[in-house]
Amino acid sequence: MDIFLQQVLNGLVLGSVYALVALGYTMVYGILGLINFAHGDVVMVGALTALSVIATLVTAGLGLPAPVILLLALAVSVSVCMALGFTIERVAYRPLRRAPRLAPLITAIGVSILLQTLAMMYWGRRYHTFPQIIKPTRHEFLGAAITDVQILIVLMSALIMGGLLMLVHFTRLGRAMRATSENQLVAGLMGVNINRIISATFVIGSALAAVAGVLVSANYGVAQYTMGFMLGLKAFTAAVLGGIGNLGGAMLGGLLLGLIESIGAGYMGDLTGGFLGSHYQDVLAFVVLIGVLVLRPTGLLGERVAERT
Amino acid sequence: MTTKHRAMTRRNVAVALAALAVLGLAGCGKKEEGVVKIGHAGPLTGSIAHLGKDNENGVRLALEEANATGIDIGGNKVKFELLSEDDQADPKQGTIVAQKLVDAKVAGVIGHLNSGTTIPASKLYHDAGIAQISPSATNVTYTAQNFKTAFRVIANDAQQGKVLGEFATSKLGAKNIAIIDDRSAYGQGLADEFEKAATAGGATILAREFTDTTKTDFTAILTSIKGKNPDLIFYGGMDAQAGPMMKQIQNLGLAAKYLAGDGVQTAEFLKLAADAAEGVYASSPGVPLDNMPQGPAFAEKYKAKFNQEIQIYAPYAYDAMNAMLEAMKKAGSTDPAKYLPELANIQYQGVTGNIAFDEKGDIKGGGISLYQAKGGKWEYIETIGG
Repeated sequence: MDIFLQQVLNGLVLGSVYALVALGYTMVYGILGLINFAHGDVVMVGALTALSVIATLVTAGLGLPAPVILLLALAVSVSVCMALGFTIERVAYRPLRRAPRLAPLITAIGVSILLQTLAMMYWGRRYHTFPQIIKPTRHEFLGAAITDVQILIVLMSALIMGGLLMLVHFTRLGRAMRATSENQLVAGLMGVNINRIISATFVIGSALAAVAGVLVSANYGVAQYTMGFMLGLKAFTAAVLGGIGNLGGAMLGGLLLGLIESIGAGYMGDLTGGFLGSHYQDVLAFVVLIGVLVLRPTGLLGERVAERT
Repeated sequence: MTTKHRAMTRRNVAVALAALAVLGLAGCGKKEEGVVKIGHAGPLTGSIAHLGKDNENGVRLALEEANATGIDIGGNKVKFELLSEDDQADPKQGTIVAQKLVDAKVAGVIGHLNSGTTIPASKLYHDAGIAQISPSATNVTYTAQNFKTAFRVIANDAQQGKVLGEFATSKLGAKNIAIIDDRSAYGQGLADEFEKAATAGGATILAREFTDTTKTDFTAILTSIKGKNPDLIFYGGMDAQAGPMMKQIQNLGLAAKYLAGDGVQTAEFLKLAADAAEGVYASSPGVPLDNMPQGPAFAEKYKAKFNQEIQIYAPYAYDAMNAMLEAMKKAGSTDPAKYLPELANIQYQGVTGNIAFDEKGDIKGGGISLYQAKGGKWEYIETIGG
């Protein structure tokens, strides 16, 4: 039983990360109908930036306490990613806003490759170790173990998710975002500055990506220029599972995907007597995704919308 | 400007080479040997790019030394040029770059790094009659294909897995073992050989779990293993996964011994796992750098040239290249058809020890060394065989 609880905790942590990244996909999709494949790589840039800042501060020997270093690193990484998100939208996507849908999609893949290559040139090919300035303390909880970094991941995701929902539903900016999402032209006619709102969406999404990047690399202790690809793909899957374009859906999809992977990998081998081993964990996740999409093509929480042109 | 200039010079070189080739044909038999191309292939991008670059550096060092001393083959001054290709550790990409090297008419190939890329590529080199020496591919299949062109300077998985299995049961006293592998030709091959030897040694295999080379989260399979309470976990895979895996083992409070092969016995692993690396056992084919006849001198030379530490296989890549050059010198030709018989019978005293091949192309008497991570360093335990 403690093993089951441990698997649920594992899934929760993994799922929280997926959810945090999935929010970025879903926000952009909700407003532009664009799948921003470069989002995973923004996560990577966030992680590696934070890592560089921490390494610099530690070697500078200013004697700053660990939480201050972490907060500074987070602040720098969030700012860098916000600037990056803004630039990507301005340079790569805005000129293509009226182009056929396929063009920005291909561009997004191009931006993703560009970011990976630039990161490879700047940070090198090797794995970077996340400096252990805070030693993760392990907490035993009904026979299951969880570290404080993992607790932080779950709490942060929940908090950010709540904050984002508040922002979208109770602020002027949020109302403008919802209006833009519904109909750009009409929102523009009503005095909403469309370009500003879209930029804001990218900037907020990228800030979340930075936070996710820092949390992921703090948890696993490593960061590398290819880390964003698989994470991005999983987060995208989570967003689709929950219903892309829907914030609650991204959160739900992320958590579900994390739990499915964790429990699937943990029990598949034993339940099938070794016939299907833990290498089928990704297969299981995608089978669930296909199943959901067959029964509910819009995802779990997605709403049926008329095809926009 | 610089890129344009570089492109121009490259074109000039190509033109010069083409001219040489034409001259060579015109000379009909009186072959002009100016620049001889040597191929290297390994992952230069992706998660184990640090190991690919390490191999490339080993080959580069050997060739630059040969060029600096002005090598003489069959009475002709020869200048060697390195063509290094990125196979991304991907079998598909491996055959693409192998074809590229074959088309470039290289005189020999040092590579590839992974077993998964080396095996399919070896068919192409074999069909083209080009000699291939892998500095690091340890999967048994590579030299079991009856290719007269395929050699390796490192002990294979059957030897290593067997030593690891015996070490686990007899020295570490493991009774209940969990095995994880990364589904690569290397990881799976090593894990299979380990499983055989460990079972023969009287141990029970409680679980066989799998991961892959893109993952950093192993908590699910580790939790499942924790529930079975093994006294030893064996991992067949590379450092990039083993590093985070060790941290997660520590976080889960899993108190089993950890044993792995040469993919984990790296400086990178110690950095990635940090204090979680403490106590980990890992093997490495060959003898430790310090115990190699010219190990410390080579390490110094490498550091001075590339300003970084050796990862693992650079001395093997260096020896592989030098053994090939030695065979060329003996045959008095850089033509693989002429120097291959010499290579098969080579006796060359390299950095890693004596290089000589058996009839399959495997290194003769390749020892396997065992290490344990202690205080951020790999501490040498013993060498078995060799």
